[in-house]
Amino acid sequence: MSQDVKDRLKAMVASIGFLVVFLAAWNAFVVAQSGPAADMDPELAALLGPQAKGESALPTPGDVGSEIWGHISNPFYDAGPNDKGVGIQLAYSIFRVLTGFGLAALIAIPLGFLIGMSKLAAQALNPYIQLLKPVSPLAWMPLALYTIKDSEISSIFVIFICSIWPMLLNTIFGVASVRKDWLNVAKTLEVPPLRTAWRVILPAAAPTILTGMRISIGIAWLVIVAAEMLVGGTGIGYFVWNEWNNLSITGVISAIFFIGVVGMILDLMLGQAAKLVAYAE
Amino acid sequence: MNKANKIIKVEGLERSFPSTEGKGETQVFGDVWFDVKEGEFVCLIGHSGCGKTTLLNILAGLDQATSGHVIADGFAVEKPSLDRAVIFQGHALMPWMTVMGNIDFAVSSRWPAWDKEKRRAHCQQFIDMVHLTGSENKKPAQLSGGMKQRVGIARALAIEPKVLLMDEPFSALDALTRGSLQDELLGIIAQRGQTSFMITHDIDEAILLSDRIVLMTNGPEARVCEIVENSLPKERTRSDMHTHPNYYPMRNHLIEFLVNRSKSFREELASASYDPKNPPVVRPAADGDTLNQVAS
Repeated sequence: MSQDVKDRLKAMVASIGFLVVFLAAWNAFVVAQSGPAADMDPELAALLGPQAKGESALPTPGDVGSEIWGHISNPFYDAGPNDKGVGIQLAYSIFRVLTGFGLAALIAIPLGFLIGMSKLAAQALNPYIQLLKPVSPLAWMPLALYTIKDSEISSIFVIFICSIWPMLLNTIFGVASVRKDWLNVAKTLEVPPLRTAWRVILPAAAPTILTGMRISIGIAWLVIVAAEMLVGGTGIGYFVWNEWNNLSITGVISAIFFIGVVGMILDLMLGQAAKLVAYAE
Repeated sequence: MNKANKIIKVEGLERSFPSTEGKGETQVFGDVWFDVKEGEFVCLIGHSGCGKTTLLNILAGLDQATSGHVIADGFAVEKPSLDRAVIFQGHALMPWMTVMGNIDFAVSSRWPAWDKEKRRAHCQQFIDMVHLTGSENKKPAQLSGGMKQRVGIARALAIEPKVLLMDEPFSALDALTRGSLQDELLGIIAQRGQTSFMITHDIDEAILLSDRIVLMTNGPEARVCEIVENSLPKERTRSDMHTHPNYYPMRNHLIEFLVNRSKSFREELASASYDPKNPPVVRPAADGDTLNQVAS
């Protein structure tokens, strides 16, 4: 067995060990909170839920596990506006994120290319970009709702506005810092500007652009949960809020799990894309 | 005087940059006159800071002169041209392209109408010439420093330029690799009769490769001090050139220049009857050599 495989096995065993310890601690904590059942009217006890029966308000890992399994085994049911499968809710959120992110990429990358090629444009536009970049995307929500008058499109707009900045800045930076030598090679070969952009600048800046896209999709996935909590209706953010309103902590925790898994997959996908355009110098 | 066609004429070239204090301008070099004839190999030697790379960039068309001009093949140089290929100091290969891809990028720029088959065959010929057969599909990161610069040489020669311009092409390489690449370059250039201009600060490199050596004084306000004709026979090689009686006179003359005269030339300039348009031509050789001291 090679050293590399051994190291990976060790890491895997340690990972599983951490999980087991965490779940055991969680379980012990929840069990310790349970006490004797309160002496009260059984109807009131039914209204108050598990606490009245002396159980903790927090679910055990087992409760959450079976809840998650329930969602996975039937992800796409639709029993009215307040009871949709987690698969449907995630699909709404992913659709919004990909639409907003895609539109932002369509604008940010070509625009960043043009700005990056001109030192004047980069310097002239830099203050505005720096001013708009730190604004929380949710601050745009009232403006979007007022002007667009459609909550669905407004949430896509919020995703668009939060994912545009990292891509724009990274594209500008990537294009502006293409090595002078490579541009000089293209010049001495009398390569026309469009061909230089396509064959030299784009591949040279691609890893930086991809890094920007990866940051953007991460932010977009963070923001969509908050945006959907605000606008409501559908999506994983609305799902979390709905579970909270139902006082289902189990539902909230399983939603956190699903949000994490999807975010990880989105990041892995862009990580793979970044590997495709990476080059070693 | 050689009647050969002058491929490159440098006439009164001057380059100034805004000075770092923000007031006025600092002249890097000025009143530079020399030429490169067809089939000739000219080296330019000088210390760092005398504007060697700037001069080469102006020759290539990548930089603009403050005054004076460069005439290449009868036309003033205003922008880069496929007739003047450049081998860059840091090889400047595109790391995302293979060896073949890098050369093909140049070949397809030179002959856009050629189909893929024809371009491949042409590229292969130059890959074989620099002994990189078998490495066609490797990326530059998989090659050693010497191999990278071979690709640079193949890329520059593959577009069949009228002049090959080189900016200290071997300075980043270790001594052994440098030596073998110099030998190879000498062979390739002799075989093709390639007109070449190289910038270097390596004296042995200049003696081995060049027919004439332009000596540049220290900057700022660098000038062409003199032009040295190589007195060694054309059939020299790196392994036997130091046995020739003219080798040490050549070498000593160049070292004397780099060590002392490049600094003190300003006094020489003021006292002697120095004509920048016709800098003195010297031919250092052993006593008894028939062609000693051509002109001055």
